[in-house]
Amino acid sequence: MLHAPDAQTRVNDFVLKLANVNGTGSASANALVLKSIFRMGVPVVGKNYFPSNIQGLPTWYEIRVTRAGYAARSGHVDIMVAMNAETYARDLKEVSPGGYLLYDSTWPRPALLKREDVALFGVPLARLCNETFEGVRARILLKNIMCAGVLAALLDIDLDIMRTLLGETYASKKALLDANVRALEMGHAYARAHLPCPLPLKVAPLPGELSRTAGHIMIDGNTAAALGCLYAGATVGAWYPITPSTSLMDAFRSLCEQWRVDPETGRRDFVVVQAEDELAAIGAVIGASWNGARAFTPTSGPGISLMNEFIGLAYYAEVPAVIFDIQRVGPSTGMPTRTQQCDLLLAAYASHGDTRHVLLFPADPQECFYMAVAAFDLAERLQTPVFVMSDLDIGMNDWMCPMLEWDESYRPDRGKMLTLEEIESLDKFHRYVDLDGDGIPYRTLPGIHPKGAYFTRGSGHTQFGAYTEDAAEYQQVVDRLKRKFETAKTLVPQAVFRGCDGRDAAIVSLGSCDGAVCEALDVLARRGIHLDYMRVRAFPFGPEVEEFLATHARIFVVEQNRDAQLRSLLILETAVDKRKLRSILHYSGLPISSSSIVDGVLAELDTLAPVRSAVL
Amino acid sequence: MSFIAKPRIDHPGLPKNALGLTRRDYEGSMSTLCAGCGHDSVTAAIVEAVWGLAIRPEQVAKLSGIGCSSKTTAYFVGGGHGFNAVHGRMPSIATGAIAANRDLYYIGVSGDGDTLSIGFGQFAHAIRRNIDMLYIIENNGVYGLTKGQFSASADIGSQAKRGEVNLQPPVDPVLTALTLGCTFVARSFSGDKQQLVPLIQAGLQHRGFALIDVLSPCVTFNDHEGSTKSWRYVRENYEEVVHADYVAAAREITVDYAAGEATEVRLHDGGRIVLRKLDASYDPTHRGRALNYLREKLRQGEHVTGLIYIDQKSPEFHEVNNTSDMPINRIPYERLTPGAKGLAKILSRYR
Ligand SMILES: Cc1ncc(C[n+]2csc(CCOP(=O)(O)OP(=O)(O)O)c2C)c(N)n1
Ligand code: SF4
Ligand SMILES: [Mg+2]
Repeated sequence: MLHAPDAQTRVNDFVLKLANVNGTGSASANALVLKSIFRMGVPVVGKNYFPSNIQGLPTWYEIRVTRAGYAARSGHVDIMVAMNAETYARDLKEVSPGGYLLYDSTWPRPALLKREDVALFGVPLARLCNETFEGVRARILLKNIMCAGVLAALLDIDLDIMRTLLGETYASKKALLDANVRALEMGHAYARAHLPCPLPLKVAPLPGELSRTAGHIMIDGNTAAALGCLYAGATVGAWYPITPSTSLMDAFRSLCEQWRVDPETGRRDFVVVQAEDELAAIGAVIGASWNGARAFTPTSGPGISLMNEFIGLAYYAEVPAVIFDIQRVGPSTGMPTRTQQCDLLLAAYASHGDTRHVLLFPADPQECFYMAVAAFDLAERLQTPVFVMSDLDIGMNDWMCPMLEWDESYRPDRGKMLTLEEIESLDKFHRYVDLDGDGIPYRTLPGIHPKGAYFTRGSGHTQFGAYTEDAAEYQQVVDRLKRKFETAKTLVPQAVFRGCDGRDAAIVSLGSCDGAVCEALDVLARRGIHLDYMRVRAFPFGPEVEEFLATHARIFVVEQNRDAQLRSLLILETAVDKRKLRSILHYSGLPISSSSIVDGVLAELDTLAPVRSAVL
Repeated sequence: MSFIAKPRIDHPGLPKNALGLTRRDYEGSMSTLCAGCGHDSVTAAIVEAVWGLAIRPEQVAKLSGIGCSSKTTAYFVGGGHGFNAVHGRMPSIATGAIAANRDLYYIGVSGDGDTLSIGFGQFAHAIRRNIDMLYIIENNGVYGLTKGQFSASADIGSQAKRGEVNLQPPVDPVLTALTLGCTFVARSFSGDKQQLVPLIQAGLQHRGFALIDVLSPCVTFNDHEGSTKSWRYVRENYEEVVHADYVAAAREITVDYAAGEATEVRLHDGGRIVLRKLDASYDPTHRGRALNYLREKLRQGEHVTGLIYIDQKSPEFHEVNNTSDMPINRIPYERLTPGAKGLAKILSRYR
């Protein structure tokens, strides 16, 4: 529906999808194509659809070339590289009319499926590789690079940039570099000689001033979050491996190995604990935070489920903790390599008893970086667990985002932590007394002074930290915790707005839906439908969220789960009239695209035809 | 019920340790356990041991899980921070706390339920990591706090207060720890302060994970005929294998040992443990022999007590990690961040 087949409009605006078998080394060739286009100054989106498997199952990589700089997947395919015989039929079916399909013609395929409206290009990639290169493994890997060369010719991608990129990757491995360049050039030459190069859908460089990618980087959210942990001064990381969070700890560890090891002595300014399970991971985070280190754990839904009891302890005993939930498809093991925003309610109220937690909702890797830092500051300021609710799409895909900046004047906010001098000057220290009226008490670290000692417990306690079963003493503490949550509203990142010209109808969304929502707003605007937009960035919701909800009559809540969890949270935690909130839900496991939002809005407006003018 | 503060009366005549502190300075709040509970005797032994070592109270961090035993961290060294974690998960709190600050003395107190059932996994992994802490199990064969169910350490044939007989074989924490590679393994009895105090001191000075399994009868649910963890039963089946005396670096050995009966283990802080062997064939530095001996004695229904095994050579957690000497919770932020220039450098490969 959104796809315009006219050739002119396809320059720098099309989707390339590569179908492969996992474990055959297609990732580096995919990255090569993506990065080359990016370096030509043209915005790109890269999405990896991979199986929960190590070898032999189908995997796809989708590259959207988008001169408008949209961040979402588009939902259609213009050119398919069908390297997996097993998925060939469905891959062909997915190509938009007027599109192209590239396949390996090494083996005769008498009964090759065809489509009238799709142009098929056969290139004998395997044969060319086998004739040129030695070794089974090398042939398989170089076949992907050769394919990248074919694509370079078809799509007019700058071959010099590709050579440079290969040079950067294999800087210290001359033989590998030569083989890769040779494969690339062979593919390029073959395509030039046998195929109609370039195609109407192609990449046109945007050099110098015209560049839409200057000042930007291509980075995944987990790496960006790990960078945030490094810059926040986190020193203890504890985790249990789980997709899609694993790369966060991998990145943190390698950053620490580069920046936190004394070059002379080899001594380390960090500890990474690979725990025996997520219960132990969160326990170690709580123990380290209690003892004054900045500590975090990356995990995903199943891990959060296991951590619940400890999260309640940290909430009630008021111990900081930073938890990255890189959400994946549930329930249960679900689809571990597919994306969703399905842990919102789980995280907001994790653990038994009256508990509520601070959640941050990054929309992209850039926000993963800054929100990771904010999470540590908030956790210490508020003395409570803070969740960074990322997801597989943000965490594991490469996103184009502005160069990350660092403010040298940043110093960690350790919150109300008493120094030795402050403890000494006190008559008596009381752990849970609300001296400032903001619900946040003062804390001390072990090892400083006997006067600062207190007993941390998850059992009922008085404001002095002593055990209690007394109703009034118990309530005094939990009521203060509620006040503290009110204070949190004033400290968390505020919602961001777009449009907001006092229209009646609006979209509310969060996290990785942002790219698709922004694109949908443009598409709708071209159809004369104008909506305001609020992206919430944290829970608890601040006054700006209340106001936006109050001032809009019809609100579409866009999110990636089946049960409308953000909508539920808004209904539970704000004064909004729930009849105003219409859900647009996407929960296939693939990242949301603008079309589902456009369709959702249009469908809703059609059913509301009589009030349409009033709404818009 | 509220917190019961102990009245503080200073007796000028009370003996003082090297820091000028009396035993009273190492007490905590008033115990709320049943009168006569073995756990209270362990608390008293800890007070004595820490006072004797002249450790500053704030240098002690006390960690526990949930159970009557786990409550006791509130009853000693009130000048140190305490952390009552969730049931069975104290070892992970300890792992994180020790990661953050390698300079404190960590005393973990747990129960047989807390350690051998719900917390079995965490216990095993704390041993495997060889985190530098003293871990005391106050082992009474029952779940005291939930009123007398059998724990995983209850012996076959042991009878509960209400009459049922345990038919499942017990998990022995000492055997378990030995097979897991624990670097300090001891067993004692809450009623034997003379043996327990030096063991606690040695455990505190040990570099790495020091386990003391203390048989600590529950007078309310496990102190009747037919119980194998009652005071009487333990007393009668008690076999001391090695007597350990902790001797601080600066102190004289006051006990006289006959040659051939005593061996010395030098601790990393310069102190020594002097082991008086009661059984001439026993070798506490040989894991395999210790295991065999223990198994043989168990078959005869005897609890071997004393310092059963010690290994001062294996690296503890921070040595394995090669962590900086300065506790990482004290490293200034400036040393931890690569700054704006560093960020530009890191990000260059993402262009
Ligand atoms: C998750 C969880 N399950 C169950 C309990 C109930 N519970 C409290 S203490 C305890 C057993 C304690 O036994 P042990 O560790 O041997 O300590 P003791 O009281 O005998 O000293 C149980 C089952 C709990 N606190 N938490
Ligand atoms: S129930 Fe048993 S273990 Fe608990 S305090 Fe009483 S005697 Fe001690
Ligand atoms: Mg018990």
